[in-house]
Amino acid sequence: MRARIIKINGPVVVADRAETLKMNEMVRVGGNKLIGEVIGLDHGEATIQVYEETSGLKIHEEVEGTGRLLSVMLGPGMIGNIYDGIQRPLSELEKVGGAFIARGVEAFPLSRDHKWSVKLLKEVGDEVEEGEVYAEIKERGIVHRLMVPAGISGKIVKKVEKEEFTIDDVLYILENGTELGMYQMWPVRIPRPVKKKLPSKIPLVTGQRVIDTFFPLSKGGTAAIPGGFGTGKTMLQHQLAKWANADVIVYIGCGERGNEMTEVLTEFPELVDPKTGKPLMDRTILIANTSNMPVSAREASIYTGITIAEYFRDMGYSVAIMADSTSRWAEALRELSGRLEEIPAEEGYPAYLSSRIAAFYERAGRVITLSGEEGSVTVIGAVSPPGGDFSEPVTTHTKRYVKCFWALDRELAYSRHYPAINWNTSYSGYVEDLKEWFVKSVDPSWYDYRSKAMELLAEDGRLQEIIKIMGEDVLPDMQKLIVGIARMIKVGLLQQNAYSEIDSYCPLDKQFKMLKIIIDFYEKAREFVEKNVALSEILKGSVVSKLMRMKEDYKSAEELEKLEREVHEHFGKLEKVYKE
Amino acid sequence: MAVVEYTGVSSLKGPILVVEGVKGASYDELVEIESSGKSRVGKVIMLEEDRAVIQVFEGTADLDLPNTKVRFLGKPLEMGLSSDMLGRVFDGLGRPRDGLGELISKEKRDINGSPINPVSRVYPRNFIQTGVSAIDGMMTLIRGQKLPIFSGDGLPHNELAVQISRQATIKEGEFLVVFAAIGLRHTDAEFILSSFEETGAMKNIVAFLNLASDPVVERIATPRVALTTAEYFAFDLGYHVLVIMSDMTNYCEALREISNYRGEIPSRKGYPGYMYSDLATIYERAGIIRGKEGSVTQLPILTMPNDDITHPIPDLTGYITEGQIVLSRDLHMKGIYPPINVLSSLSRLMKDGVGEGYTREDHPHLASQLFASYSRVQDVRALASIIGEEELTEIDKAYMKFGEDFERKFLSQGVDENRSVEETLDLGWEVLKDLPKEELTRVSKDEMEKYMKGAIS
Repeated sequence: MRARIIKINGPVVVADRAETLKMNEMVRVGGNKLIGEVIGLDHGEATIQVYEETSGLKIHEEVEGTGRLLSVMLGPGMIGNIYDGIQRPLSELEKVGGAFIARGVEAFPLSRDHKWSVKLLKEVGDEVEEGEVYAEIKERGIVHRLMVPAGISGKIVKKVEKEEFTIDDVLYILENGTELGMYQMWPVRIPRPVKKKLPSKIPLVTGQRVIDTFFPLSKGGTAAIPGGFGTGKTMLQHQLAKWANADVIVYIGCGERGNEMTEVLTEFPELVDPKTGKPLMDRTILIANTSNMPVSAREASIYTGITIAEYFRDMGYSVAIMADSTSRWAEALRELSGRLEEIPAEEGYPAYLSSRIAAFYERAGRVITLSGEEGSVTVIGAVSPPGGDFSEPVTTHTKRYVKCFWALDRELAYSRHYPAINWNTSYSGYVEDLKEWFVKSVDPSWYDYRSKAMELLAEDGRLQEIIKIMGEDVLPDMQKLIVGIARMIKVGLLQQNAYSEIDSYCPLDKQFKMLKIIIDFYEKAREFVEKNVALSEILKGSVVSKLMRMKEDYKSAEELEKLEREVHEHFGKLEKVYKE
Repeated sequence: MAVVEYTGVSSLKGPILVVEGVKGASYDELVEIESSGKSRVGKVIMLEEDRAVIQVFEGTADLDLPNTKVRFLGKPLEMGLSSDMLGRVFDGLGRPRDGLGELISKEKRDINGSPINPVSRVYPRNFIQTGVSAIDGMMTLIRGQKLPIFSGDGLPHNELAVQISRQATIKEGEFLVVFAAIGLRHTDAEFILSSFEETGAMKNIVAFLNLASDPVVERIATPRVALTTAEYFAFDLGYHVLVIMSDMTNYCEALREISNYRGEIPSRKGYPGYMYSDLATIYERAGIIRGKEGSVTQLPILTMPNDDITHPIPDLTGYITEGQIVLSRDLHMKGIYPPINVLSSLSRLMKDGVGEGYTREDHPHLASQLFASYSRVQDVRALASIIGEEELTEIDKAYMKFGEDFERKFLSQGVDENRSVEETLDLGWEVLKDLPKEELTRVSKDEMEKYMKGAIS
């Protein structure tokens, strides 16, 4: 006898005959076979969250167990695709329901028609272990490695030889009868196993100066982008998805705008990855559960995304996952918790909010995979604090579990200073971890220059307080110089135009050169101020405005050497005039 | 399916009614409630074994427990649609209110609509000229966008909405306004409707009125009824539809009231935790669909309680909509119309809908320059209020002058003044002349030479 619905409250449904169902089992609810998941079993009653709109559902309709946990299907065909929160391809849903999303549609996550040419790596008689790669497929921008699922090992007794394979084909059969096919299933709420976690030593290069130079993120690291509306969270996430030097990008639009996902879909296929020269879409997987799509699927979308990311990590790739926005996910938790009549903690959020956030970010990391490769999952989560107030529960709990905090500032956004990352309130816990890499790969003095710039910005922050009250004129020349240089750092270096062809992505050597030119300029200018040369004389000439515009006017670090010489000449001339 | 009727209800509380012994009812189903010959509508909001919880749109006043009849109609709340709706006035549930007789509808639709599949959307990038400089120049409205006006009590948001809908022009296609009054005062609704009538625009408008005196619960349905109509005209008949919804604050108040009656756990300031998702099901119904001719553009209006932009209503709205037009009481007091605070306003879709091929090549840089310079004006003004204007440096004095000119010449315009985007941009360059050229780091030299005539060096 099947379970039957006895209560309906929005996306939460209660059924009787709970003994027929398992915890976290995926179920089909009612005559329309809506997709749901069992989230509680108690006194013969099963609580189910339904991932689709429940309008029209009736009491005593049946609930059918599927016998498996809510899982994703992992195999070739995911790259370049766009899914909803429970891995249904949106283009398949469109074929069935048209422009508006229909209900109860079962869509196979991977294309069943596509024919793949597969390179089989094992022979009959070979022993395989969990995590071992047994076949390779060229899929758009990457080599897709098929791995023996966790917990499975044995001797191969049969190998299927074919020109081309489809997703339903079997490639190998093991002694114990296990089939190795083109895909594997994995429950979304359980992290995929790895051999070992590694420390963070390599940066995720994003081409964004304020991030790479000032608040760097490591591969396998975690970062949060909190900011009120209009401060540019989504814009920054898009920039990172475009330019971060990861092999695979998983972008989750969680409870956000439909048009934004469309923008990614229109723009990414046209943009070229600076590293590989291929369209950005060839390394990107999109998960879109827009704000008006069912709230429980929004809750699941984060897990769907990170499980896919882990799968690619296990192949030995560096994967970056962008979740925009984790606040919407937390709100989904709150909404469901309210429907379950749980006792709320802060601001109506359930008491397990903190542990759920922790569990999500803890799935990031640089690892040695089961097959012995090195891979990483970097997690970047946007946070949308109500009223831009960073003391609210989602922001404060997130802060506890991430090491990079890129705080977006409304004041900066209002004055169109983008990216609006506030240099005083942001931090990166990776600076020391990554120091060695930057010193080795960019410049031996990278760390010192960076520290100097941070110091100047901090000093400027203090001086701005005085300026607000008394005006800049009251400051002595030395402090005016600091304010001027800080302005140069803010306008010339930290601001970066996402729409500029030249400046949208800034390579590391150019970033460093720009920083170096400004700081060297400061050191030189300081010497003159100390010799009592008027500041207006020191800053005279076209060289200052060239420094302000160098991000746009000079394409590369090499071109900037010209400007470096000009700065040198500028001070050379000054030297001559004031020699006496 | 057959209509089932029950006599007698077990509980009445605010707009919530409970019936017991119910069989076969479905979630979200439409019900008809009859008492002493009068009928009203409601919908099922919770089902439990044989118990149905119903929200009554017209309120429960005058109902009693034993004699109230409840009929389950076996379908969700639907409305009839027809092209004859043009020029007509309806109530908040979509029933004629103008005394011109019933509508003969060709189509029936569920007012809740369905989410548009992101892959079926077309990314909006065609600019709508509103003729208002602040908007066209600094926060351009794009066809298919949802751009709310954040206002305050007593600010001229209605005037601005009327001006925008009257002046809004798009390059091609038929244009239509759907107006939804949500808990609006009678005088405000009257002002808006009569403004349309005077200009002869009424034949291109469909109006839904839920006035302040109308049932509160009905407000939950009004924006959905309006949007269902808008979607019908846009995606079935090919119109470009501009939907004006005023005042969304009243909608949210209604939502809170019902949530409270249902005994739900409140989130910020007593509003329900699902308010974000709920508002999204309204605002996300803007857009353009691949293969369809029309578009739905939304211009919701909300009054910020106590002018507080961090209040949950504007806050959650801002997180869903594609920008916001913020009205400022300070500018209003200074006598500037439209009193748009450009610094806190934003159009997220502007970046892809302006510039060469859309408006004019210099537009993005000019707008960015105006934002940056006007933002500096605020600092200078703050400083001047402490040390006095006399003590300012020459550059700061130039910013003071620019600030005045920007507000008086660029922002300010008549309620009937319709400026082309070229006029707006030229005006922008004109006011930038107050500043020394070195200060203009966001526009290129070529642009300055081409568009800024007779500037000081």
